[in-house]
Amino acid sequence: MTVRSIRHGDASDGGADAVGGRLSRVDGPAKITGAAKYAVEQQLEGLAHAVLVESTIASGKVRAIASKAAEAAPGVLKVLTPDTIISLRTASDWFGTPPPDKPYCPLARDITFSGQHVAAVVAETFEQAVAAAALVKVSYDETPAIVDLSDGKAGDGIPVDAMTKEWGDAQAAFASAPVRICAAYNTPREYQAPMEPHGLIARWEGDHLTVWEPSQWLDGMARTYAEWFGVPFENVRLVSPYIGGGFGSKALALGHGAVAACAAKMLGRPVRLVMTRPQTFTGYGGRAATRQTVTIGADHDGMIQSIVHRGVNETSIDGMWVEPLGSVTSIMYATPNFSSKQNVVRVNSVVPGAMRAPGENPSAFGIESAIDELSYEVGIDPLEIRLRNYAEQDPEAKKAWSTRQLREAFAAGAERFGWARRTPEPRSMRDGNQLIGWGVAAGTYPVRRAYGEAIVRILADGSVEVESSSIDMGQGTYTILAQTAAETVGVSADDVVVKLGDSRFPRAGVTGGSRLAGVMTGAVHKAATAALDQLVGLAISDPRSPFHALQANTLVVANGRITAPRGDGPDVSISELLESVGRDRIEAVGDTMPANSSAEDRYKNYTTIAMALPHTEGDYSRHSWCAHFVEVRVDEDFGTVRVSRVVSALDSGRLYNPKLAESQWKGGIIMGIGQALLEEGIMDRRHGRIVNNNLADYLVPTNADIPDIEVISVGIPDLHSSVLGGKGVGELAIVGMAPAIANAVFHATGKRVRDLPITLEKLI
Amino acid sequence: MRDFDYVRPATISEALVAAAEPGSAYLAGGTNLLDLMKGGVTSPERIVDITRLPELNRIETLDDGGLRIGALVRNADLAHDPAFAKAYPAVAEALLSGASAQLRNAATAGGNLLQRTRCSYFYDTASACNRREPGSGCSALGGENRLHAILGWSDACIATHPSDFCVPLVALDAVVEIEGKQGRRHVTLEEFHRLPGDTPQRETVLEPGELIVAIRLPAEAASFAAHARYLKMRERTSYAFAVVSAAAALTVRDGKIRAARLALGGVAAKPWRARAAEAVLLGADADEAAFVRAADAALADASPPGDNAFKIELARRIVVRTLMSALAGTPALMPALPASPFSSLPGVRHDA
Ligand SMILES: Cc1cc2nc3c(=O)[nH]c(=O)nc-3n(C[C@H](O)[C@H](O)[C@H](O)COP(=O)(O)OP(=O)(O)OC[C@H]3O[C@@H](n4cnc5c(N)ncnc54)[C@H](O)[C@@H]3O)c2cc1C
Ligand code: SF4
Repeated sequence: MTVRSIRHGDASDGGADAVGGRLSRVDGPAKITGAAKYAVEQQLEGLAHAVLVESTIASGKVRAIASKAAEAAPGVLKVLTPDTIISLRTASDWFGTPPPDKPYCPLARDITFSGQHVAAVVAETFEQAVAAAALVKVSYDETPAIVDLSDGKAGDGIPVDAMTKEWGDAQAAFASAPVRICAAYNTPREYQAPMEPHGLIARWEGDHLTVWEPSQWLDGMARTYAEWFGVPFENVRLVSPYIGGGFGSKALALGHGAVAACAAKMLGRPVRLVMTRPQTFTGYGGRAATRQTVTIGADHDGMIQSIVHRGVNETSIDGMWVEPLGSVTSIMYATPNFSSKQNVVRVNSVVPGAMRAPGENPSAFGIESAIDELSYEVGIDPLEIRLRNYAEQDPEAKKAWSTRQLREAFAAGAERFGWARRTPEPRSMRDGNQLIGWGVAAGTYPVRRAYGEAIVRILADGSVEVESSSIDMGQGTYTILAQTAAETVGVSADDVVVKLGDSRFPRAGVTGGSRLAGVMTGAVHKAATAALDQLVGLAISDPRSPFHALQANTLVVANGRITAPRGDGPDVSISELLESVGRDRIEAVGDTMPANSSAEDRYKNYTTIAMALPHTEGDYSRHSWCAHFVEVRVDEDFGTVRVSRVVSALDSGRLYNPKLAESQWKGGIIMGIGQALLEEGIMDRRHGRIVNNNLADYLVPTNADIPDIEVISVGIPDLHSSVLGGKGVGELAIVGMAPAIANAVFHATGKRVRDLPITLEKLI
Repeated sequence: MRDFDYVRPATISEALVAAAEPGSAYLAGGTNLLDLMKGGVTSPERIVDITRLPELNRIETLDDGGLRIGALVRNADLAHDPAFAKAYPAVAEALLSGASAQLRNAATAGGNLLQRTRCSYFYDTASACNRREPGSGCSALGGENRLHAILGWSDACIATHPSDFCVPLVALDAVVEIEGKQGRRHVTLEEFHRLPGDTPQRETVLEPGELIVAIRLPAEAASFAAHARYLKMRERTSYAFAVVSAAAALTVRDGKIRAARLALGGVAAKPWRARAAEAVLLGADADEAAFVRAADAALADASPPGDNAFKIELARRIVVRTLMSALAGTPALMPALPASPFSSLPGVRHDA
């Protein structure tokens, strides 16, 4: 893959070390050399190995589990079944809703999906456990399964009233609109497919549990483990130094974690359990399959009069997952009349989960395809029609945007892409056998805000240490927190050590919804400012300080040295100053919680998402925005699509580190190419069983599929969104990619594909 | 733990003795065998590691002008051998369109011929599969079969053979050199793989314990070098098996086709030599009309066992395009995206 980036509007003229600088990932060398030790790579004395046994039917009851042969197999320590596993309590959900007072068993008797954990084998070695697990024979009483949304038994589902959004009279306005389009858009089940599979090591010492597990949310997962086992929150320690990709799937403690922790408790030994790749397709939920109908009523100038949107997503038989399908529909374009409603349909699947931009992603596929269809209907350029219907304020909340650089994104992207040279007719651009198409689509993601906590220490050698229980799954937390502390204290980033991924550190909420950078730069900035104040205070007032005689009001700390503002006094390093005043460290805790927050508020903030601030809180509506311009080439005979060029302009506010932000955007764009062209969980309709449950058959893009990608930052600092002015980065760029590609495919071929992915048989 | 014996013979005859035990399997690059063992799809009782057999990793030119490829020659070494790629460009292109660089570095020529099907049910030990467990049934029939066979399938099994390498090889009359207790024998690649019939578990004509020692290409295989192409339709540009592929080799003089070879991949349980199409081409004008007739002939007997009817039309189009590009001439350089319809795109890197 060749990737080129342009620096543009990165809101900083600082060096690489400062906030806004292009510092390379500080964790890069450790990862490249293999020195980075991931959670399940810990070597522990007496480690035992657990392997899961899963249901092979999608619906029914376990009649019996024959485990004798497995128990007798070499090295086997225990076979866990619903009958033999210790009983747990139900934990609260991620809003912290008090759970029903009933036991929780991570091994199922009642089967609601194929691949459900029914038993586990623990043995001295992994190989012994695998072999013994194959000897466990489970018999079932099978009942008919609801395979997916298209199953005749699935029905219309359950209305989710909280998702209803309405203003004006959308139906009437649609009925009287001179131009009407109405179409249905479907997205399949998709999977996060992180390189590092899910897994953990659990170790009990008395009633204290330590869990080494890749985690997007240490405090949330620690709470769940604590509630399951009925031990105090403080007794659970989560350790998660690096995460090999999560994309939403590693935010919650899951059933396999409970199994491993039970096994460790029952055996009195640490236990490791790592999912096989196939198990990662059923051990937790991918993105729910969705169906949407979008109807747009407009006038002949393409001005939208009405949008009526109906959405459906699948959920599991006994779990509830709502993929908010009207989230982009309701804010992208100005419309006087609007109606959006959503149902969820129960199918025999694991409960779906969060996957990069849950809600916004499929939502954008609907509305951004539909407006493209409207543009052809009224004969207006697809970019022009978007500008005509530009929402000057949040149409739903009726509030001003905090910042919305979408017009700028359209302009910058179009200019760089050369959009003006596009010929409007479908099938009007070609190169030999290849039809060429150009498409555009917009994307958005709300700014999710929460609170965070960090400790900053200035140490005797002049280095600075930052600790936080937040995590780095490759997005760059280690790096931007080093930059924040370096800039705030006045040292080089090389002199900052950032420690993350241990729940004993000061706390952080979930790393998801693109909130972490804004939250944690704020907290580190605050703690570092407090540490700096202490340092300067000591230098000014401590009688042993070389600056004491100066009687200055303030001092300058830069490049690790302390000087007087006018440069007329001593010039000493931080370590010299600390030595002269007889201190081995300065330490400050900073958090961004309101000052009067109770201990209970704090606990709730870090262990649930109930305290997150709504993006429309106060006077503003806060979102990131983007515009994707895509060129595709479609082989006319074979229907194979190749994305041959991408230019995306994005507004994530101020970028704390443009290099890392660009990487995340490109990652989102690449994932969007996969979503548009490749990704789809394929079910065996007779057995409700996923067929392509491995990375050879579940296709994600390879380097050879990815063309030049150019990303342009058009953001400006947005201080309504975060302390330092950034908005969200990680989720944004995938939003709108699939419709941009589908729109380009239509322009190339004249065929509108409304069912993802766009595979060759849909085009030949 | 599933215990198995591991033996590492030093000579071919030791290997044959070691593999004479029932339940033995030869281990070459291991890229297929070890995956199947880890998944519980096969559980050999004895692994006979042939990777140290010195005489099997040579590429030799024979006195009659033919070529002999030792069974242990790595896919990457063969594809990147300059003399080989020049003489048999379609074979090199097919090799480079397969798997990934890492796998090609490990995979051997003999192993490639014997790789098992990628039918998902074959890999899923919870599903019925006649090929894995004779008599248990075929889950793909009536199940998920979008990528399954359109030629030569039976009600017992509708799987395809996934190799790219084998497709141009069968077109070029390759011969498999086999060593067994009875001595050495030669079987054409066209006859080497079996169609499923009632015994899909019997995938080739190899008898238990027999060893592939080499693959031979006859002298005339190199005579097509100027007009030989491989085209592979797949869902992503690298690291994916063919939905359908084709190899074509032509000799053209005065606008007429003097010799024609055509084979299809991803359509049957064996690499599919399209002899009826070759008959149509022989002596015909070298033009698209002839290629369309040839494609019709190649697919005349095709039928879909399920949801894969699109593959028949796709295969026709691929035949025509492959013949067109063979006619246009073998490119001087290996395309950056081997065997891809987008191989001529500018600005695409080789390192896929
Ligand atoms: C993810 C993935 C993607 C792939 N994609 C492609 C692709 O796109 N196109 C493609 O063509 N292939 C592809 N392959 C398959 C790959 O080419 C084969 O796995 C490889 O060629 C097998 O060779 P090997 O030496 O590793 O065989 P092994 O795994 O060692 O052996 C395979 C079988 O052959 C037997 N065997 C090996 N050598 C001999 C011998 N000399 N005599 C008798 N028996 C022998 C073994 O006992 C075993 O049964 C892919 C594989 C993987 C894992
Ligand atoms: S097609 Fe062949 S390999 Fe696949 S399930 Fe049927 S019998 Fe098994």
